[in-house]
Parts: sequence; structure tokens; C-alpha cells
Amino acid sequence: MLEVDEVTVRFGGVVAVDGASIQARSGEITGLIGPNGAGKTTLFNVITGVQPSTAGTIHLDGTDITKLATHRRAKMGMSRTFQRLELFWTLTVADNVRVAAELARHGDPTALTDELLERVGISHLADEPSGSLPTGSARLVEVARALASTPRVLLLDEPASGLNESETLALGALLRQLTADGLAVVLVEHDMSLVMEICDHVSVLDLGRIIASGPPAEVRTQPAVIEAYLGVA
Amino acid sequence: MEQLIAYTIIGITTGAIYAVAASGLVVTYTTSGIFNFAHGATGMLAAFAYWQFRFGWGWPAPLALLMVLGIIAPLFGAAIERVVLRNLRDASDVVKVTVTVGLMVAMIGLANWLWPPASRVRFKGFFDGQSVELFGVNVSWHKLIALGCAIAVALALRLFLYRTRLGVAMRAAVDDRNLAQLNGARPAVASMTAWAGSASLAGLAGILLAAEVGLNIVPLTFLVVSAYAAAIVGRLRSLPWTFVGALILGILEAYTLWANGASWFPQQIGNFTTAGLRSALPMIFLFVVLIALPQERLRAGAIRVRERAVTPTWPMSLLGCALLIGFIWSLTGLLTRGDLLLASRGLVFAIAALSLVPLTGYAGQLSLAPLTFAGLGAVLMGYMPWGGSVVSLVVTVVIVAGIGALVALPALRLQGIYLALATGAFAIMVTILVFNQANVFRNGVVEVPALDLPGLDLTQPNQKLVFLAVAFSVLALCVVALRRSRLGRRMVAMKDSPLAGATMGMNLTATKLAAFSISAAIASLAGALNAGKVTADQFAWENSLPLVLLTVVGGVAAVSGALFGGALLGLNSLLAAAIPTLSNVTKVLPGVVGISLGRNPDGAVPQIEEPFAPVGRHLPSLVIAIAGAVVLRLLTGPVLSNWSFTVGLIVWVLAVVPNLPGILSGDVPIARRVTVAVGLAAAMVLAAGVNWGTVLNATGWRLLVAILIIVGAGLTGRSALDATPRTPRESPDMVGIDRDFSPAEIAEVDRVLGGVR
Repeated sequence: MLEVDEVTVRFGGVVAVDGASIQARSGEITGLIGPNGAGKTTLFNVITGVQPSTAGTIHLDGTDITKLATHRRAKMGMSRTFQRLELFWTLTVADNVRVAAELARHGDPTALTDELLERVGISHLADEPSGSLPTGSARLVEVARALASTPRVLLLDEPASGLNESETLALGALLRQLTADGLAVVLVEHDMSLVMEICDHVSVLDLGRIIASGPPAEVRTQPAVIEAYLGVA
Repeated sequence: MEQLIAYTIIGITTGAIYAVAASGLVVTYTTSGIFNFAHGATGMLAAFAYWQFRFGWGWPAPLALLMVLGIIAPLFGAAIERVVLRNLRDASDVVKVTVTVGLMVAMIGLANWLWPPASRVRFKGFFDGQSVELFGVNVSWHKLIALGCAIAVALALRLFLYRTRLGVAMRAAVDDRNLAQLNGARPAVASMTAWAGSASLAGLAGILLAAEVGLNIVPLTFLVVSAYAAAIVGRLRSLPWTFVGALILGILEAYTLWANGASWFPQQIGNFTTAGLRSALPMIFLFVVLIALPQERLRAGAIRVRERAVTPTWPMSLLGCALLIGFIWSLTGLLTRGDLLLASRGLVFAIAALSLVPLTGYAGQLSLAPLTFAGLGAVLMGYMPWGGSVVSLVVTVVIVAGIGALVALPALRLQGIYLALATGAFAIMVTILVFNQANVFRNGVVEVPALDLPGLDLTQPNQKLVFLAVAFSVLALCVVALRRSRLGRRMVAMKDSPLAGATMGMNLTATKLAAFSISAAIASLAGALNAGKVTADQFAWENSLPLVLLTVVGGVAAVSGALFGGALLGLNSLLAAAIPTLSNVTKVLPGVVGISLGRNPDGAVPQIEEPFAPVGRHLPSLVIAIAGAVVLRLLTGPVLSNWSFTVGLIVWVLAVVPNLPGILSGDVPIARRVTVAVGLAAAMVLAAGVNWGTVLNATGWRLLVAILIIVGAGLTGRSALDATPRTPRESPDMVGIDRDFSPAEIAEVDRVLGGVR
């Protein structure tokens, strides 16, 4: 399980994340929501080691990984997708997933790649160059690639933006399946119906601070959350 | 004490010149995001122009200065920005670096052309011979003026960037170009102003420096390295730190000069003289600064490209290699000894260029030192105690691979231009400190022993040529195997998105290190397999640049691009040898080709390969293509001469074969098909009918004509029948956004949606 404790990130005088704490338990989907600029992606960057934190600690299954390099965290079972797509654009869809599978060194990369493309629902695109995909399919490639490193914690940064309704439903179902197998998922998403439907737990980030936390039904009624989203008390 | 003051003053004034140059570099990098490798060359050209006005035509100094720094240099800088660089904003680092290196090579060629060494007379500083006493030391007016210029530049830049509207707009453009544009700033104007001003600053530094080091192309172009080193102290952004870096470097250089003359300073370390140490100091300084830089953060925003990196297939690769070896084999009977040696040189270049394919083409790291590694390979092979045995070769390759890893070390944690800089500095350092040592190249040459292989005598030019073709092919197949392996995929992934790679568990440092070692190993073979006497200047740093340019232009992501780059560079020296009047053009040519990359970042070879794709899918065409080649071969001897066979085969393969599917089954009107068929048949008769061996018999000319025919035939093959009009793949996201929908697309949408039309 992932424990983020009192993490703060400052860029010069600007505080992007201000003492935020979240947990992601195995077998659960934790939603992380908040207005644009709240610090969600920055928090993901800190968790994956792309961005150093100014203060705070991060533990993965009890091990302190606050100072660990990005690729070492990945080896420990952390994986993510990117809000602004970061595919290996000149490789085919299958090779995108395969590179990650090969890096993880769990079992047969080719078989794992085929299985994941099937599971995410893009096996018909396997030999397409990823650079020519529409955004929706590219997001699904990101998800398949993130899963290829057989993670224990999966961080998803707006995976449903660009997906149509049926694709979004399929993604939700897939995430539920994965958590049933013991995966811990942290989901950043603007599609509130998806968040409310599949998350076990929701944290709300505003101006770098966690302003509310709890089961989705509780969180959505809290005045602080409504204020953050609508600007009224 | 007096000496200390004297050398400190020398150091500060030299540092002042570096500061002027470096500030220009920082200004262009921050406003346009392009790191200008041609900065020193700009200063060099300006110094020559000033010399022309001031001493060539006798203008007064202020007028000459105004002309060069006030008019010519700014116009030149603005023109470069407008014509060459404006479209490069979103290009990859490799393309950006290649284009500005192309500018640098072209400028060096131009200076050699316009001002041949014989025409140059002494360059005098301002108030020549006059000095003033300062702290008990005589300081020339020129040095004081240099210092004054640096202070003036620092103040002027500060005022301009913080107090004027345009200056503020320029700083805003650095932070967020689009946002600045929305707020009414005009980034295009800001960028052009920056390049114009930067060219003037380079010019000022060049003129000030020319009085100290003389009007010589290489030392003046080296100014750029000192400026880089200083600018990197400021992380290419901070002007004050850049000035600090420039001063430290200037003072260090002066103290080294002082120490070099002192009695306690060793003139020899082992067999090596320390005389070159001072000239190499800027490179050493740059290296140290690069090591000391804090690790760069991984950035998001991988450039989304539509092109797919084509995984090379085994049948195509094997076929290509067989064709190459067959072609070279058929040449050996035809060429004179001189031609054979020239052709070997092209293949040696091709092997060196091949070293760039895994490094630059796959892993996306640029090296400016391929021939430096080749030179190290040649030197080590020449000094191995085991002569030409395979043991020598293996030891040489292993050592150079290790050196390659060492060079990569300082820049491993950094990206893009920093790595290119480190390799460039390494190339210059090795040129000065190793290749120019009288003890390494005795009497200017090293004898590379021929590899001992049973049944082969590589001292024979024809055997050597075929051997090099086989060596290139074997290495090329190894590179293909690499691309198809895990490591190869990993390298391409790292090039596409280092951020995603690291997040998936990729150790970027290890991957880069592997790419560098493999690349250095391949390059070392270009030196170690080239048996015979080699000279130091073959491996000089400036010779690597055209090779890099032409290979990137050929298409550095494919082994065929390496062959293209090597062959083109070989052709360039061939052209200079065959037609001496063109030698000036050949100096500028690689640079110009490099600059042209701005328009076609994928390289040329993919375009050349394209017309052959339909042939592979059309069985009758394939059968006729092979049958035709067999008939040509059978006719050789009884009917055709060897030369006619070669030329006929070239025309057949390049011009006729790509058009076969179009002629046999195209959608083109029958009249056009017949015309093209008759024209191609006539070309075949002409190519095979003329007895080329007697028509052309001078060294160089035969090869040149053969290559011209290749180019002509290649163009015919592409354009005679456009059987397969290209429809570029569009991302569905972009359709209708960057251009209007086509009628076909509208019809398709109507059909899908069931609309009435």
C-alpha cells in the first residue's frame, strides 16, 4: 500500500502542494479530484519521483521511497499514466506495451503484451504506429503500458478524457477487475460520474491542500468541496 | 607579484571577450530555444569582414566597426533566423543541433573560400602598440577596450532586457511563448531581434579576439567553445553567472599560460608534451562544468510525431547487404588503384557513420565525435603489440568502447545539447592533446596494420575494398539485430519519451551508457580496419561534423542512411579531387546540406526506398526485375563490357524497376505508359550500349559519372510514373483542424452518418 504523508512542493514562492496526505490501499480505488491547478499532477510527479518534494515522506509497502530514483520506484511496483500523453510515439502500439513488459521482467513479454491489449480492448490496433492514434485509443495504450510493468500501485492521470461513453464504462469495469486482483489504484479524473461510481474513497485537493476525504457519497455533500468547485459557500 | 598582476589582467581581458560572446549565446538560446553552434563561426566571419574593410580597403576603424557590427552582422543574424531557424521551434534536439552545426561548417567553408590563407595579412588591434601602465604593469589599450566593451555589453543588456518593451517581451517569450503572444508581444520580432543582436555580440568578440590570436579560422571558431563553457556556468539562462564563468575561464587560461613558461612546470608527461594544454583548457573547463551541473529534471511533452520508426526486416537487410557487396565486387575489376582507394575511403566513412545509427538514430543522443573514436581505433591498432592479429582488433575495440562510456559520463544525467557539447569538447580535446602529439603520429602518420585473415591480403586495394564492404554489411546486420532486440526497443523508447521510460522502470543512465559504448566500438572499427598509413588530420574534430550532418540528412534511424552519409562524404572528397575548381564548393556543401535538414527532418533515404515498395507487392514486376538483371549478366562478356554492365544494371534497378508496376498494371492512361516504357527502353540501350570504359578513363571521373547516373536514374525511378500517390497518415485528432476536410472525407462522414447527399 502507498502512503503519502504531509508532502509539500514549492516552486520558488508558489506552493503547488501544501502538506497533502493520501493513502492507496490494495484492492481499492482512491479518487483524487479537484479543480484545475489544484496540484494533482504535481502530486503524481512527486509520488513517481519525477519531481522532488520540498517536505514530507512517501512509503510503499512500509519502505521509505521518498528519495528513490524514478526507475527504482517502478521496479518496486509503481506505475502511472500521463495526462498529457507520453507514448513512445515512433513505436507501434504493441511495442509500447512490450517495452514496459520487458523492463518488468515478469514472465513472457510477448504473451503479456497480447493479453493486455486484449484486456484493454485495443488488440486490433497492435501494429498501428502509436503516433497516428486518436487521443482515446492513445489513453488506452497508456493504461495497457502502465499495466505491463505488473504494478502493485497504479496512478492514472485522467485516463477517461477523450474516451467515449462505452469506452469509459469498459475502463471502469476493467479498473474494478484489477482491484479485485489486489491492485491499488489512484485515479485523477474529471468525469465525476465515473469517480463517484467506481471509487471506494475520494480525496479532494484544492490549492495544494486536501480539503476533504472519505467515501464518495459523503465527500460530494461537504460544503468545502462544493465551494472549491463552484466558488460559493 | 608583478607577473601575477600581469597575468591576472590578461586573464580578465580574455574573460571579457568570452563574456561578450557568451552573452550573445544566452540571448538567442533563451529567446528561441536554439543553441547556436555557429556562434563562434559568426564571430570569425565578422572578424574577417572587419579585416577586409579596415586593412584590406583601408577604412578608418570606427567606420569599419559600424559597418560590420551595426549593419552586416545584425542583417546576417536576422536573415539566419528568418530563413533557416524559424521553422525549427518544434523540431527535435538532434535536428536543431544538426542545422546549426551545418551553419558552422558552411561558414568555415565560406571563410576558407573568400579569404584563402595566403591572402591574410596581420590583424592589428585598436590603438596598436599603445599601452598604459596599470598597477606597475603595461596594459595595451586594446585589452582595456575589450574590458570596457564587456562592461558596456553587460549594462546595455541589463537595461534592454528589463527596461524596454521589446526586452520584456523577449523575456516573456522564454517563459511562455503562446501566453506572451496573447498579451500582445510578438515573439517573431523578439526572436529576430535576439539573433541580430547576438550576431553583433559574436562579431564584437571575434574582432577583439582576432587581435590576440591572429586572423585564423580555427582559433576564432574555438571562441564558441569558451563561450559555451561560460554560458553553461549560467545554465544557458543567467547572464550574471555567464559573466562569472567567462572571467574564471579567462583567468585560468592566463595562469596556465604563465605556468607553462615557468621552470617548475613539466614540459613532458611521459612521452606527451604539455604544450597543447592551454589550447585545450576551454574544453577541459567545459567538461568539468558539465560534470558539476545538477541533474536535469525529466520534462513532460514528448514530441508527437506521425512517422513510424520502421523496424528493419531481415529479408530486406540481407538483400541490401548482398546488393552492396555484389556492387562493390563488380567495381573492383573496373577501377584504377586510385579509384579503389577513394572508394575504400567512402566505406570507412560509412562505418563511422554507422556508429551514429544506434546512438543518434535509436537512442536520440547526438555525438559530434565519430571520427575521433575512429582515430583512437586507428592509433591503438597501430600501437598494439600483437600486430594485425584479431587479438589487437578486439583489445582496440574494447578500449575505445570504454573510452566512449567515459565520455558519456559527464553528460549522462543531462540531455540533448549538453551531450552534443560534451562530445564536441572531447573531439577537440583529443585532436589537440593526442592526435597532434608528435609522438603519436610520428612524421604525421600512423601505420595501421592489415588484419591477418587467412586467405586475405588487405594491403591489396581491391581486396581491402571488398573486405570493407563485407565489414560494413556485417556491422550493419548487427545494428539491425540490435534494433530488433530488447535493448534496441528500449533505446527508441528512451528517445521518444525519457519520462515515460523512467516511469516504466528504465534506467536511463545505463541505456545511454550502452548506446555510447556500442557506438564508440563501431566507430573504432572504422579506424582499426582501415589498413595502411593514416594521417592525424583525417581524424581532426572538424572532419566529424560533415559526417554527422550528411548521416543525419541521409536518415540516421536506418543503416542505409549511414551508407548514404558515408558515400556522400566520400563523393564530396572525390569531387574535390576530380575537379579542383570545385574544391571551394565542396567545403561549403556539407554545411548547406545540413542546413536543408530543417525542411525534411526524416532524412533522404526513406524517400529513396519508397518507390521500391510497390514492386515487392507485384509479382510479375518482381519476376521481370530479376529476369532483366540475369539477362544483363549473361550478355556481359560476349556482348557487353564490364562497365556497360555496371551502368546498365544501375539504370535497370533504379529507373526501370520502380516503374514496372505502373507500366504493367497502373491506373495511368495507356498512352503515357507506352511513352514511359519507350523512354526507359531507350535509356537502357544507351546505358548498356556505350562502352564506358573507353569513353572515360581518368581516375575519379568514372566513379563520378557512375554516381551521377545513379542520381539521375534514381530521380527517374521516382517521378516517371507516379503509380502510388502518397496519402500521408493523419491523426484523426487533427483532421479538419489543421486543414479543411476534403470532399472525400465529407462524403465518408455522410455515408457513415446516413446523411443525404
